[in-house]
Amino acid sequence: MATTPLAVPDPLLTEKSRSFSVKSDWAHWSVLYGVSGLFALICAVFLISVIVSSIPAWRHSGLSLIYGKTWSQGTDSFGALPIIAGTLATTVIALIFAIPIGIGSALAIVHLLPNKAKIFASSLVELLAAVPSVVYGLWGLLVLAPWFEQTVQPALGNLTAHHFPFDPPYEGVGILLAGCVLFVMILPMIVALSRDSIAIVPKEQFEGALSVGATKWQVLRKVVLPAARTGIVGAVTLATARALGETVAVALVIGLNPLFPHTLFSTASTLASTIALQFQDATPLQVAALGALAVILMAMTAIVNWIGRRLIRRTAVKAQFVRRRS
Amino acid sequence: MIDGVPPDPMLERRELIQRVAHKTLNRRMLASRAVIGLCGLAFVVALVPLFAILFSLVQKGIHWWGIDFFTKTPLFPSLIDPNAVGGISNAIIGSLVIDGIAALFAIPIGVVTGLFLAESTSPFANALRSTAEIMTGLPSILLGIFAYQMIVVGFHEWGIKLPGIGFAGIAGSFAIGILMIPVIIKASETSLRSVPTPIREAGLALGARNGVVARKIVIPTAMPGLITAVLLALSRAVGETAPILWVIGASTINTWDPGHEMASMPLQIFQSATSPYTSLREETWGIALTLVVVVLVINLGSRLLAAWLQRERR
Amino acid sequence: MVDPSSTMVPMATQVATSLGTGTTGTGVIVDPRSGRIAMRLDNVDVSFNGRTAIRDATFDVPKNHVTALIGPSGSGKTTLLRAVNRLHDLTKGAVVTGRLMLGDTDVYKGGIPATLLRTRVGMVFQRPNPFPTMSIYDNVVSGLRFNGIRKKSVLEEAAESALVGAALWDSVADRMKAHASTLSGGEQQRLCIARALAVEPEVLLMDEPTSSLDPISTRLIEELIGELKDRVTIIIVTHNMQQAARVSDLCAFFLMGDDRAGEQIEVAPTKKLFSQPDDQRTLDYIQGRFG
Repeated sequence: MATTPLAVPDPLLTEKSRSFSVKSDWAHWSVLYGVSGLFALICAVFLISVIVSSIPAWRHSGLSLIYGKTWSQGTDSFGALPIIAGTLATTVIALIFAIPIGIGSALAIVHLLPNKAKIFASSLVELLAAVPSVVYGLWGLLVLAPWFEQTVQPALGNLTAHHFPFDPPYEGVGILLAGCVLFVMILPMIVALSRDSIAIVPKEQFEGALSVGATKWQVLRKVVLPAARTGIVGAVTLATARALGETVAVALVIGLNPLFPHTLFSTASTLASTIALQFQDATPLQVAALGALAVILMAMTAIVNWIGRRLIRRTAVKAQFVRRRS
Repeated sequence: MIDGVPPDPMLERRELIQRVAHKTLNRRMLASRAVIGLCGLAFVVALVPLFAILFSLVQKGIHWWGIDFFTKTPLFPSLIDPNAVGGISNAIIGSLVIDGIAALFAIPIGVVTGLFLAESTSPFANALRSTAEIMTGLPSILLGIFAYQMIVVGFHEWGIKLPGIGFAGIAGSFAIGILMIPVIIKASETSLRSVPTPIREAGLALGARNGVVARKIVIPTAMPGLITAVLLALSRAVGETAPILWVIGASTINTWDPGHEMASMPLQIFQSATSPYTSLREETWGIALTLVVVVLVINLGSRLLAAWLQRERR
Repeated sequence: MVDPSSTMVPMATQVATSLGTGTTGTGVIVDPRSGRIAMRLDNVDVSFNGRTAIRDATFDVPKNHVTALIGPSGSGKTTLLRAVNRLHDLTKGAVVTGRLMLGDTDVYKGGIPATLLRTRVGMVFQRPNPFPTMSIYDNVVSGLRFNGIRKKSVLEEAAESALVGAALWDSVADRMKAHASTLSGGEQQRLCIARALAVEPEVLLMDEPTSSLDPISTRLIEELIGELKDRVTIIIVTHNMQQAARVSDLCAFFLMGDDRAGEQIEVAPTKKLFSQPDDQRTLDYIQGRFG
């Protein structure tokens, strides 16, 4: 057995000994690199295959794939604008509800509930997150849609005398319903992540603000929420990406009509749901077109993530910005 | 009271502050109570859908549960017998096979890659970490497309075609496995990193090589976290529909052969929900309840197991 | 309108003579209506879920002087301090009994909302806690803004006055927009002092303000305390006996009793407490026999 110094592990020494071991324990590292490389390969092949599969469609329609206004499989004309609009519409509706209710709930859990209730409440939220998306879709279709059709939509329609944005036909399914189902799905994500960020703000900050005469809400608004901003922005970004890409739940409640949604009750289509439902019996060209939709979806998700990261970085940079002028 | 002494600005300010503070007090306190009340309301609103869904699931689904439901294959409603429904044994077995195989290859790849990320500081590792992060948020339908290309159809453009199986359970396993890997990577990296450094260093100081340290010390220490990671990934996989939407075909018989077309619980829900037959639509509640119970059991089970393992350690 | 007591002859001698020898246990001294007493505690108890943390605190806090609460850890000094600005209102199960008077107002039963009380009784904490997302200027004027004061001229004057009072003005005058996190530990604590001073409180509570700071910053702040007492009455909790001897005029000594509740042992002018205490336990403590 080689003599190994049994000295007290000095962190510097351990670093060195680690890189030393890299050279000497190549069996271990080759397995690690090998498997990780396999994963990297899978990701790369995945990305390439999705992009490549869409090439025929791009060749066929060019950029009109993105800004074209008609999506028709029958005539092989592929313009995804109405579908993109449907995706954005449902996501925006979901966010409009989910952000205030999600952040409000997170604040309530951390600052309003007694200690024993906090764990219970968090478990409930996580329960909501565990429900599979298809079950949300089922509930949306079989429970919410009839209710919407018979009660909610006519009631809203009466508010605006059956004009925009609540004009007929009242079918139950449509972008409003899809937006609501998405809202329920992304809510647990926002609540759980925001709750973590809000809970982490140190109690001394809270007490410090109270000690100069602030009310509880003033403290939350000016001290706690700004401190938790990074986490909250991250939560909303993730939730948005999820909403953009949700397939089955939306497919069941949106009506699957690749036309431009012109009112809140319109049936429409989203990128993910279109891909899901038009795949059956699709010709190779049509498959490529759906692949193109996939590429657009990936691009949108990437943009959302990029925006989120920029917003988070801006907070951090601002904190380190000013230098002493001397 | 002494005349001729100039007014003290601090005292004047104190008076001003007290005056303004008094004046604005009611408004501020009212606003505070109102907004905090709204937050409480938001919380209640957030819970309503949960209870509504659970209620519907139980109310409409529980009466489907029974021996027949779980052990018989489906029948088809027809004009003669519109209520013929049968059971979902094919879907249950399908889910088991598809998710089982997926887990079989996702777990080793996920944990080992997680170990790599926990131990390496190279730029490759950092890039891989970001990739895994991105992949966890990917719309799962895209993985379905991937599985379709790779296994069901092959790349006609490039002339590549993997063993031409066509629609098969294994294609579903492929998609779901890839779905699970990034989730397992993230969670296992966290668990492995949380193994205290002194324990690691103790192993190295005793002369063990990195590999042995990893296998015999780090992984066993992180085991509760790893198990939780795997089970959580599994609970997500069980409920996924989009990746297997049109790669596993359809089947109404109980088959354990992954090369064969199969059924699956979430897929069955999706297909039956839009069925014109009322009895089939109603049946989906039973399937949904089963699915939710399975997911919850896995979730809770993983937490309890992790807690039990931690305690056993002491 | 001029506050007479702040322009009078230094109170130290008056306080010392009128305090007398200070009897063991209670420190009731002069008539609170004379304006020389900032706060008065009368049998104040603080308990959490039925368990008493500190019992029977009874003493007067003389105006424009520094009163130190000293004793080993666990003796309830911080708990008592936090009762003065009603921070225990946040804790469920916390009960404060007895009479706590700020001038003529009963802090708990006098009908004054906690929010307003805290503009009259400020607090500086053990670890500096500036608001991390705000600039130095925003930190200092945060109290004023919370209470509804918006006028820029008032805010700027108050900020300057507070920062001068905290001996921070010279360092930060040219970088008021910088983030509070760019300051060193000692500077951050002085920022917190400035933040507390900006709302012009009558009393400033300091909970072991230098225990997390280096010796130089500690000395700076101790000097500051000496200067600040003309402006505010100070109650300081410190586990450092020498610090108490250096900065305070009046000392209240607490010990944890057998039932794990803190109790007041002796209250006396600092010089006397540290040279000829009445109680044997006080003598033991200052001689370093425990704590």
